[in-house]
Amino acid sequence: MTYADVEALANKLANALIAHDVGRGDRVAIYLPNCAEAVVAIFAALKASTIFTSINSTTKFDKLSYILNDCRATALVSHASRRSMIGRLCAEVPSLKFVALAGAEGGEDDSTELIELERSMVSLAEVLQEFPSDRPPRMCIDIDLAAIIYTSGSTGRPKGVMCTHLNMISASTSIIQYLENVPEDIIINVLPLSFDYGLYQVLMAFQVGATLVLERGFAYPAAILNRMEAERITGFPGVPTIFAMLLQIDLSRWDLTSLRYLTNTAAALPVTHVQQLREAFPQATLYSMYGLTECKRVSYLPPGELDRRPGSVGVAIPNTEVWIEDEQGHRVEPGEVGELVVRGSHVMQGYWELPEETARTFRPGRYPGQRLLYTGDLFTMDEEGFLYFVSRKDDIIKSRGEKVSPKEVEDVLHRLEGVIEATVVGVPDPLLGQAIKAYVVSKDGVGLTEKQVLRHCATHLEDFMVPKHVEFCDSLPKTSSGKISRMSLRA
Amino acid sequence: MAWKVMHIQEQIRYYIVENFLFGSNGLDDKDSFLEHGVVDSTGVLELLLFAEETFGITVDDQEILPENFDSISNLAGYVTRKLDCFCEMDTRTLGEL
Repeated sequence: MTYADVEALANKLANALIAHDVGRGDRVAIYLPNCAEAVVAIFAALKASTIFTSINSTTKFDKLSYILNDCRATALVSHASRRSMIGRLCAEVPSLKFVALAGAEGGEDDSTELIELERSMVSLAEVLQEFPSDRPPRMCIDIDLAAIIYTSGSTGRPKGVMCTHLNMISASTSIIQYLENVPEDIIINVLPLSFDYGLYQVLMAFQVGATLVLERGFAYPAAILNRMEAERITGFPGVPTIFAMLLQIDLSRWDLTSLRYLTNTAAALPVTHVQQLREAFPQATLYSMYGLTECKRVSYLPPGELDRRPGSVGVAIPNTEVWIEDEQGHRVEPGEVGELVVRGSHVMQGYWELPEETARTFRPGRYPGQRLLYTGDLFTMDEEGFLYFVSRKDDIIKSRGEKVSPKEVEDVLHRLEGVIEATVVGVPDPLLGQAIKAYVVSKDGVGLTEKQVLRHCATHLEDFMVPKHVEFCDSLPKTSSGKISRMSLRA
Repeated sequence: MAWKVMHIQEQIRYYIVENFLFGSNGLDDKDSFLEHGVVDSTGVLELLLFAEETFGITVDDQEILPENFDSISNLAGYVTRKLDCFCEMDTRTLGEL
């Protein structure tokens, strides 16, 4: 597809949204795997001056319904294969008034339930034929919200990070600058667009006019490597799990000499993998980076520093200031551990309709109206300003590069018949970084099995949140205040 | 021949149902694992190990493709082709003796 093709299709869908009374500031949810329609939907939502939210395509009904109700989505773009689930969803989400389905045969869905609900479910293909490709008038300005990106929170409920156009363009401009992206770049994206790392591959490619090759994941490495060779890929963004899989393969079978750079974020690469990747791709530059959805990206390690500081996530990205504070709010000396604080125009607006959590994480900055981001991550900084990750302040687990809230998994476990109490912890895993392990206390005589527990989790949680291990026990260790002690289970 | 494919297919189905569907049985032989959310990116590696250990085949890196792994019937077809390949080689070697 050319940029002109995407422009025309996005304009058509934007005009359809506007015609269905979905306008400035309304939320448009996109529930699709990585595909061209998902990209068209993102730009259509932006062109209609609405706010898009991209939801992981493995999200199950309960959470999807929670998110759509949380942001009171008025429009949804999804796939016909989800038609029956979406029919149920329309009944649960009163704010929804327009649903477009990719892969649908065409024609308005005339099922009686939808008519009763006064909603329209239409075929995306038909919308793309019917509506004009003229660019709709721009209604929003750059300090309006462009996206809400949902991320796992320690409360167990996902929280929506509010991002303005200005925030997102600031972040992508900075990243493009240090990656030195050019229109000739051909970037392959295997990461979901619900994950900010995946989403920004689209935004950055569009900002510089590069070519984007969108894949549905890294499940079949040979298929991705074939694609990389055929398309002469220059940029490959990954997470440690993907690079660990890549390093298990004999890469000499493929001609990957077109590769100019590799990027890693979401979790640190083991130093041995850094070395192996550089040997496997001698002509490519490896960028180790660190960030969080609340400001997209914080730091990157200039590639020339890899040999000297392989364990560092580098320095602040361009146009960003970072420092480390102790619990009293004082800046710490080099080498001392404290919380990383971020200042910059990419620090997002806060969490959607969560004023208390917003106030905890986004605190007043130096000048009126500014926000500093308190990352909740403990770091040290060396004399020259290079950052080293130490640990999280909370219990959030990082598995396969994605944040998992133990509470969210535990809430699902507690809903399973026969479970008295349950807790989950992250345990070291060579491929996943951390694997999720569930400890379950079950009622006597129920005969709950590991399989039942896993099936229940797989029915209610996104795939990366499903525990890898289940252990049944008679009781869970408690702290003196009676809370479950995850610490002693990890030990 | 057909009985062999059937047998392999049944073994694969049993493994998928037990280890990825955790006992539920709503997947058709031709359904894509990825599209139905049966396996995720790291699940394919488990599938690969299962195929190697159960059927004694060696999966070449270049064969980790959806057409070989992304449904019960694709995997059964792939395993069958690999096993046939070995059989032919054995026969030829014996014939030469």
